[in-house]
Amino acid sequence: MKAMGLVLVVILGGMLIFGSLDFPLWGDPHSPASSHVSPYYIEHTLADTSVPNIVTAVLADYRGYDTMFETIVIFTAGIACIFLLRTFTSVEPVSRLYRHIPTGITLRIKKGGKVPEDSSDFERLDAAWVPYDLIVKSTCRRIIPFIQIFALYVIAHGHHSPGGGFQGGVILGASLILFAIAFDLRSAIRRISERLTAFLCALGVLIYAGTGALSMLYKANYLDYGALAGLLGVDPVSARSHGILIVEIGVGIAVMAVMVILYYNLASAGRQDEGL
Amino acid sequence: MIWQIELIILVIVVICGLSALAVKDLLGAAVLFGAYSFMMCLLWAIMGAVDVAFTEASVGAGISTVLFLAAVFRTTRRTKD
Repeated sequence: MKAMGLVLVVILGGMLIFGSLDFPLWGDPHSPASSHVSPYYIEHTLADTSVPNIVTAVLADYRGYDTMFETIVIFTAGIACIFLLRTFTSVEPVSRLYRHIPTGITLRIKKGGKVPEDSSDFERLDAAWVPYDLIVKSTCRRIIPFIQIFALYVIAHGHHSPGGGFQGGVILGASLILFAIAFDLRSAIRRISERLTAFLCALGVLIYAGTGALSMLYKANYLDYGALAGLLGVDPVSARSHGILIVEIGVGIAVMAVMVILYYNLASAGRQDEGL
Repeated sequence: MIWQIELIILVIVVICGLSALAVKDLLGAAVLFGAYSFMMCLLWAIMGAVDVAFTEASVGAGISTVLFLAAVFRTTRRTKD
């Protein structure tokens, strides 16, 4: 079986390398991509969309469909993760750990025992418990706001500098995951519930697709943001720049929510109770 | 661009990729995969694709390592083969 896998991989890799021989050379000025595709974007992007970052303009405007379905792929990944991993039958754990906060004593409460869930003197610990770490918690508490501001900057500034919805959304999701790791999964879920993440991941796709549908209402093609000029109160060229910003925000929201969904379900094996 | 740096990074990429396959400890494989992604990010930046480098750094080296770690935490740390 292993030898067969190796043979298959070698054959596939050989075919890929053989196929790549037909590619034009790296930086070949006579290849189709360099002879008429790239020069068009380089010459017309700023005049068409007033967006200095050509990559963002190509991704979100000229090839808006591509990016929209990329967002839908990510949305589908999040939904698939929920369907595959999430278990709704609550398995009562064998025992639960609680710490009495004033004294620092840890209690193990067996199945069927009285659980001090509402008491403010007790806090629940994970079974795979990591000791209370003041340094990690305090550092994360101070660092997370800056990570989030950077993520928002990456989303909002994506059409002027490298970045955009995908990167910014991932960084925003990473800051929430960092919170879940530094504290515990339950306190993260208390702040950003599962329901909210599912709602946000659908909302992001809705913002993107809705912007496209809105431009259809203004008698233009789907995702032709120039038609939103009247609505936004700017000229059509700036409207395309603003349209890119709107869809980037949608992408950012969807990606952030999907990253959090993936982490919640993977770290807690779908039970969303005790986790990493 | 200085070609010696590119060569060193390319060698590290290949070493990281092969050792991520060879290592028995899945936690180590996840970390090696993160290192691989970060070196690829440097390569993209050298080639001038800054947006791709940014994505590689945030998705490849950042989030996917964390997701691998979460999966290892919930399954087993050692491979069977």
